[in-house]
Amino acid sequence: MCAKSGLGKADMAAPLLSVSNLHVGFATEKGLVRAVDGVSFDLTEGQTLGIVGESGSGKSVTAKTLMNLLPSYARVGGSITFDGRDVRAMATEGERHFWGVAMTMVFQDPMTSLNPVKRVGEQIAESLRVHLKRTRSEAKDEAGDLLQQVGVPEPRKRLRQYPHELSGGLRQRVVIAMSLACSPRLLIADEPTTALDVTVQKHILDLLDELREERGMTMILITHDLGVVRGRADQIMVMYAGRTMEQADTATLFSQMRHPYTEALLETIPRIDMASHTRLIPIPGMPPELVDVPDGCLFSQRCRSCSDSCLTDQPPLEVCGPMHVCACHTPVGTEAGAAARAANREAGVTPAGLDMGTFTAVEESA
Amino acid sequence: MAGSGTAQLRESDKMVLRVENLVMEFPAGIHQVVHAVSDISFDVQRGETLGIVGESGCGKSTTARAIVQLPKPTSGTVLLDPGTDAEIELTAKEGEELRAIRPRIQMIFQDPISSLNPRRRVRDIVAEGLSIWREEHPDVDVEAQVDEVLTAVGLDPEVAASRRPHQFSGGQCQRISIARALALNPEILICDEPVSALDVSVQAQIINILEEMKERYGLTLIFISHDLSVVRNVSDRVVVMYLGKVCEVGDSNTLFSEPAHPYTRVLLASAPEPSAVVDESESAIGDELPSPMDPPSGCRFRTRCPRTTGLCASEEPVMAKVGLDHFVACHFPGSP
Amino acid sequence: MSRNAGQRPELMDDLFGMEAARGWESDEQFGSIVIRRLGPGFWLAAAWIVFIVTAAALAPWLPIADPNETGVGGRMEAPGWSNWFGTDNNGRDMFARTIWGARVSLVVGFMSILLGIFVGGTLGMISGYFRGMVDRVISFVVFVLLAYPGLVLALLIVGLAGQTLPIVATTLGILAIAPIARLSRATTLAYAEREFVAASRVLGATDQRIMVHELLPNVLIPMGALTLLGMAITIVAEGGLAFLGLSVEEGFSWGKMIVLGSAPRTLREGPWVAMFPIGAMFVTVLSLNYAGDRLREYFDVREIGIGQS
Repeated sequence: MCAKSGLGKADMAAPLLSVSNLHVGFATEKGLVRAVDGVSFDLTEGQTLGIVGESGSGKSVTAKTLMNLLPSYARVGGSITFDGRDVRAMATEGERHFWGVAMTMVFQDPMTSLNPVKRVGEQIAESLRVHLKRTRSEAKDEAGDLLQQVGVPEPRKRLRQYPHELSGGLRQRVVIAMSLACSPRLLIADEPTTALDVTVQKHILDLLDELREERGMTMILITHDLGVVRGRADQIMVMYAGRTMEQADTATLFSQMRHPYTEALLETIPRIDMASHTRLIPIPGMPPELVDVPDGCLFSQRCRSCSDSCLTDQPPLEVCGPMHVCACHTPVGTEAGAAARAANREAGVTPAGLDMGTFTAVEESA
Repeated sequence: MAGSGTAQLRESDKMVLRVENLVMEFPAGIHQVVHAVSDISFDVQRGETLGIVGESGCGKSTTARAIVQLPKPTSGTVLLDPGTDAEIELTAKEGEELRAIRPRIQMIFQDPISSLNPRRRVRDIVAEGLSIWREEHPDVDVEAQVDEVLTAVGLDPEVAASRRPHQFSGGQCQRISIARALALNPEILICDEPVSALDVSVQAQIINILEEMKERYGLTLIFISHDLSVVRNVSDRVVVMYLGKVCEVGDSNTLFSEPAHPYTRVLLASAPEPSAVVDESESAIGDELPSPMDPPSGCRFRTRCPRTTGLCASEEPVMAKVGLDHFVACHFPGSP
Repeated sequence: MSRNAGQRPELMDDLFGMEAARGWESDEQFGSIVIRRLGPGFWLAAAWIVFIVTAAALAPWLPIADPNETGVGGRMEAPGWSNWFGTDNNGRDMFARTIWGARVSLVVGFMSILLGIFVGGTLGMISGYFRGMVDRVISFVVFVLLAYPGLVLALLIVGLAGQTLPIVATTLGILAIAPIARLSRATTLAYAEREFVAASRVLGATDQRIMVHELLPNVLIPMGALTLLGMAITIVAEGGLAFLGLSVEEGFSWGKMIVLGSAPRTLREGPWVAMFPIGAMFVTVLSLNYAGDRLREYFDVREIGIGQS
């Protein structure tokens, strides 16, 4: 396991969740869409893993694979182990009391997680009745308690309301309450705050933090926003085009990032304390099509540190520091990386044909 | 909070647009009215980028539509070239007169894919403005102009022009929208959440294009977004809105380094990587946004404001100057 | 398939396995649009339609018998070599009659749906675009038309105006206006909300220009598919009118032929007199329905948006 994920095991406690060489493909007319292409990670109980990526990175598909929510035309390879149990085997066997109980998920848009024609209390109670075999009245009481725990004011009143009567923030709290109903050990939150206003975002994220601590829950926080995971995740995994680019614990990732994609992400996002008109360094091009995937590194077309080997050999995920792995031939902050970047700057163009002129203006030394 | 008041309007003939006492109300059911925008005023200087920021329901998008008279505001005035001989009162124009002024103010929208007609080719989409006004400008070389703007936004006309929108990515569609807006050589470009629907790696591309185009075509930008970091980065001057009212107006750097309105401070404290300028505790306010159909009396922010008093309920605060190019509508502005 | 597949053969087995992937479905988040083929069924249907229309159009010049000439074959002769479709009780050649009958049926079907789409489509678009009072008035008219029993209206018009081809076609057309207007209005409403319409207005386009350049191309697609489906309905409707004796007086359509062939004695002695026009109508309506449906699906899929960036 250590070799696969590359992360040394400082503490030898068995991880709660272990994903190994996960591959998820979708068969479409255009060919096989490689949504997730060889992702591995381990999660120790009580930790929070932040998965960061853009659209097409495979982060949501990974979550859905864990939760057994893939459509029928998906093909899955690799293994997923939760607390020693084989999750994929459970999926094939039709296990009913695992998802929603031990492992639950909160989605981006609370409106689609909630049935618009059912009262809120009923939706929470349903989980309790089905999985924990509570009676109607017991379930109702517990639902009220759950609403209170997630910070919904006037919980008893809210039980009888319909989703459309609640604001976005409240709806998301209801969804969180639903997911907590059976005291899960792992909570996956897929962009839980993207559809919410910024003031509400903070409250929801704080709530998730609180709940995690109170209940000793493990959490996977999926987002496109590096800022969101910075303060809230123990480990961060950066995904791109279905592959892991870099994975490290949070402090290390931000202070010693190695992958040019991570670096580029940080340079391209405006920060609130940056002065007006600070030039943002763009990441040229677009994420690749996931069908007929080219050889080599999938970020090479957009990378400043691209070298010839990047175009032909897919970089393996290798250890590049304590608790730090990275898939790159020319990582930032290493000799190879510096050499590649200098060579590109001199030539004015990368081996992939990217014009280095796009990166003029404020550029940190690489 | 919400200010009525026009202290923030600048006296100068360098203004290209002025909005005064703008009100937008929509009927909603029997005897009910949505107060989307309630008496706001601001102006935009030629060549400036004005950022309008606020959360959902604040009325920023409605304001944008009101400026281009789609639909006409319930009341208030929108002036082009205010204070000059060429001053035009947009709100007073109708029909053909209004239509004739349209080329001067263009707009790009949030959803890049919905912004383009799926049935038309890119060339026709971008040339649309030029086709509409062909009679008035018969000697414009439409094809050359289309090629030029497409190149300016970073698309190769030979490759892109004959394709349809569904063959492009979101970022590229947004570029096409920008090209379409620029083909008419407008003076003002209103950008309504132009990057909110795009991936982060593409956002900077579009922001940079907008800045480049602004320089190249001498544009004035009005940039609307809910993302403070983006707004700060792009704008020279910022307007913060809440529930149909303006809270704070001022120079971008000043406003964000010395936020005076409690709501602005909350926004800064709530950002995923909060600003160092405010204390995190300032983000602790209630979740519930009051209904725009029945907004709170006096200051609309008072139901969630940590500093609220009886005065806030009885008297609506008026915009007042608190610094050089810095205006706030609050009874108790400044740091706590 | 790219080289990568070769590098992990065990993966390919896992990924494709023995079960074929189920259906081609579009998956928006991966930025791939699955374009459904029109399919062999469509082309078959289209082929029939082309055939019958061509045959009907060229009928006067085809080397077939005169449909009105009696005594071409014996009376009520079963289908055979000399008369492929047999003869009817007046000794007229059924094959020729079937093809000539197509002329009336198809013309009535086509003209009526054309009228319906032209008037109904325009009304729907105007109503959906302008909203407000205009919408209310037009919608009211449409509701009245919808509520009015079609048959009674047909009776009224045909009874008053006569049973000529144009009248019958117009009657059916009028009946088609209301449902088409509703579809047109709904489609227009959906598209009028889209930002490209707002963008056009900001550019300075007149309402007229927006309706023609922006909305029409989009509304035309479902309308086009509806043409075929609608024709299927009007052809059958004409048959229904014929049963009531309300169809064209001069000449004959499939409907009329079916009526003539359905007299109990004729049915007993020579079922082919009714069966061939029925068969022809059946196949034509089926083809129109199927082709219309496939077209609609085909154009629907084209519009699915793509992933971000």
